[in-house]
Amino acid sequence: MPRAPSACPGFSRKNRRKLGRAYARCYVWEEQLGPARSPTRTILQPARIVFLGDHRRETHSLRMTATNGQTTLSIRDLHVSVEDTQILRGVTLDVPAGEVHALMGPNGSGKSTLANTLMGHPAYEVTAGQVHFKGQDVLELETDERARLGLFLAFQYPAEIPGVRVASFLRLALNARREAEISVMEFRRLLMEKMQMLRMDPKFASRYLNEGFSGGEKKRNEILQLAVLEPELAILDETDSGLDIDALRIVADGVNRLRGSDLGVLVITHYQRLLNYIEPDRVHVLIDGRVVESGGKEVAERLEAEGYERYGAAAASEDA
Amino acid sequence: MAVKDIEQVGLDTYKFGFHDDIQPVYTSPKGLSEDVVREISRQKDEPAWMLDFRLEALRQFEQKSMPTWGADLSRIDFDDIHYYIRPQDRQARSWDDVPDDIKSTFDKLGIPEAERKFLAGVGAQYDSEVVYHSIKEDLEEQGVIFLDMDSGLREHEEIVREYFGTVIPNGDNKFAALNSAVWSGGSFVYVPEGVRVDIPLQAYFRINAENMGQFERTLIIVEPGAYVHYVEGCTAPVYATDSLHSAVVEIIVKEGGRCRYTTIQNWSTDVFNLVTKRAVAYRDATMEWVDGNLGSKVTMKYPAVYLMEPGAHGEVLSIAFAGEDQHQDAGAKMVHAAPDTSSLITSKSISRKGGRTAYRGYVQVMPDAERCRSNVECDALLIDDRSRSDTYPYMDIEESDVAIQHEATVSKVSDQQLFYLMSRGLTQEQAMAMVVSGFIEPIVKELPMEYAVEMNRLIELQMEGSIG
Ligand SMILES: Nc1ncnc2c1ncn2[C@@H]1O[C@H](COP(=O)(O)OP(=O)(O)OP(=O)(O)O)[C@@H](O)[C@H]1O
Ligand SMILES: [Mg+2]
Repeated sequence: MPRAPSACPGFSRKNRRKLGRAYARCYVWEEQLGPARSPTRTILQPARIVFLGDHRRETHSLRMTATNGQTTLSIRDLHVSVEDTQILRGVTLDVPAGEVHALMGPNGSGKSTLANTLMGHPAYEVTAGQVHFKGQDVLELETDERARLGLFLAFQYPAEIPGVRVASFLRLALNARREAEISVMEFRRLLMEKMQMLRMDPKFASRYLNEGFSGGEKKRNEILQLAVLEPELAILDETDSGLDIDALRIVADGVNRLRGSDLGVLVITHYQRLLNYIEPDRVHVLIDGRVVESGGKEVAERLEAEGYERYGAAAASEDA
Repeated sequence: MAVKDIEQVGLDTYKFGFHDDIQPVYTSPKGLSEDVVREISRQKDEPAWMLDFRLEALRQFEQKSMPTWGADLSRIDFDDIHYYIRPQDRQARSWDDVPDDIKSTFDKLGIPEAERKFLAGVGAQYDSEVVYHSIKEDLEEQGVIFLDMDSGLREHEEIVREYFGTVIPNGDNKFAALNSAVWSGGSFVYVPEGVRVDIPLQAYFRINAENMGQFERTLIIVEPGAYVHYVEGCTAPVYATDSLHSAVVEIIVKEGGRCRYTTIQNWSTDVFNLVTKRAVAYRDATMEWVDGNLGSKVTMKYPAVYLMEPGAHGEVLSIAFAGEDQHQDAGAKMVHAAPDTSSLITSKSISRKGGRTAYRGYVQVMPDAERCRSNVECDALLIDDRSRSDTYPYMDIEESDVAIQHEATVSKVSDQQLFYLMSRGLTQEQAMAMVVSGFIEPIVKELPMEYAVEMNRLIELQMEGSIG
């Protein structure tokens, strides 16, 4: 991962002056990569850098480096409370682009709270800490801005929106993140392709969003949205619960296919089974609002065998 | 911004000095009297029986008291209204006089040029003669009559005389009586036995000032086995210069016939919209009212179906949308006068910015009307805490062997729904508009396509800037 400004070619003293503000931004950006040294929010945005005319070469490489580094979702010392009850007590976590991280933890430990907070649910109040993604201070952004920045949450309990068809909703959502509107035909093709990948009945496209969907259908529909919207960082909140064995495999295949070099994934799950299909790069254990252990996939395997007892979890989650 | 556009359509009527640049040739003096009624009838050169009908209605109007329920009507000043302006005298405005915000609302809705002028009260003649002409020929070949009510009376006096005022008598209620005394314009539709009219008959096609007056009167007769879909109004704001709109619509659907009557009203928000709509349905006939109320200051409207013979079926699908200072008191009436009749009422209302909606419904089952079925579902959606919605379901069931269901819900747009939609990149306004359009979808999907599209666009416009 690039760290020092010198890793950006072209940053000679002379060029720094020429680059001016962009350089300044780049510098701040670089700081962000470190372990939460600065809460600064002004950050380089690739689109602006392209303006730099005769420094095309520098900007190009700068952009490349920037994009790679910035797609790390970086959570620092996050404290969150709901209705004056402290739920998260200092969560620190990085999910770099292209990696799959699993988040496990007992019921009520704060996993969904973390997911909802990352997406900006109004009920969750951040009392301390920072979240950065693609060089942006995520906590400063509205929910829809976070979505357009590339964050995605597959909900544990997706909301039902009566009267709104899956297809029309998804088309609007897709257009919200595109510059030029996708044509109806082109969208149709895209949607059908993704539905086929998830082996969904095409009829779902014209059903009302989540209304009357079975538990498993809702989950599959969340992954369909993931597939169509192609975010850069996806949080899957217990997408596996409620899925039958075949569905689990199909959904996991879907995620794996999307898992290219860019998509970062934070998988929240209770079960090792999903992780057999979607192999995590790292596993984090959340107990009572804190990450108490991070490690490779062996952490999940041990949990499956031993439970949370070794963390003294039962007691901890009780007084949460 | 757009919300303001729409609302200003009405609120600023007088400020824009939109009227009276040209002295009309004949305008009745303000206020209502026997002389005014006689003069209207004389101007139209009506038969004596119609004058008698009007005069009797006037007496009824004077005797009847204002409704004591529903919306606040105390601000209607009956003495401050012109009850008749000759249609040719209405075309007094020029396009340049139309306020910019109305023009921009038309833009946003994509209303065609010719219609805009009409809607803004500029052209008295909607330029559709060409379009309408061929349709008219087709209809004539089938024996269908589709005229404005005044021409209907002139050209088909026997039919009109047989049915006029039989569904809604001239003394039915204070506003029906008022309409009966001073009516002008409206549509006359006659569909002969067995004829199916394939295209919706739209008041659009023959819009002119005659058609959309303030006291219009519509009569539709569907002979046995015939079918017609009549569409009135439009989603674009109608810029009315009169603050009282009191129409009467009477429909007769004979054995095995079917009639659907679709209304979308978007009167400017200073208008009192007090309309009496009633249909009778005979053996195995079906009558459907689809009713959308978006505009007006106050609407009181309860489309009714009298199910007269076995097998008759009545439906009312209605949407009401109340914004700031609006009160939509709408509903439905179903009278089961015969066994084996069925009815379905679906009502959806949306209130925002302190607006008020009410569902007021009446289901009656007469003695011996066995095996009737009636299903009432009314759902209210509140956009904010200031707004209000009430439900007044009346049931008068005098027969025990019936199946009556009533279900009412009041919901608020939930944070969870908004969060879900916004988490996919929709702005709060888009999310809100999406929930609202989903809420009314069951009704919008019953509208003719172009109306459905306009309706959704209008909901989006209404939602713009509606979030604090
Ligand atoms: N909106 C809310 N209002 C009140 N309490 C809440 C809210 N959201 C979460 N909580 C509380 O915060 C704690 C953590 O909940 P959270 O949903 O984050 O747990 P979780 O780890 O996702 O659990 P599970 O495995 O059961 O899904 C719980 O005690 C829960 O009751
Ligand atoms: Mg959870």
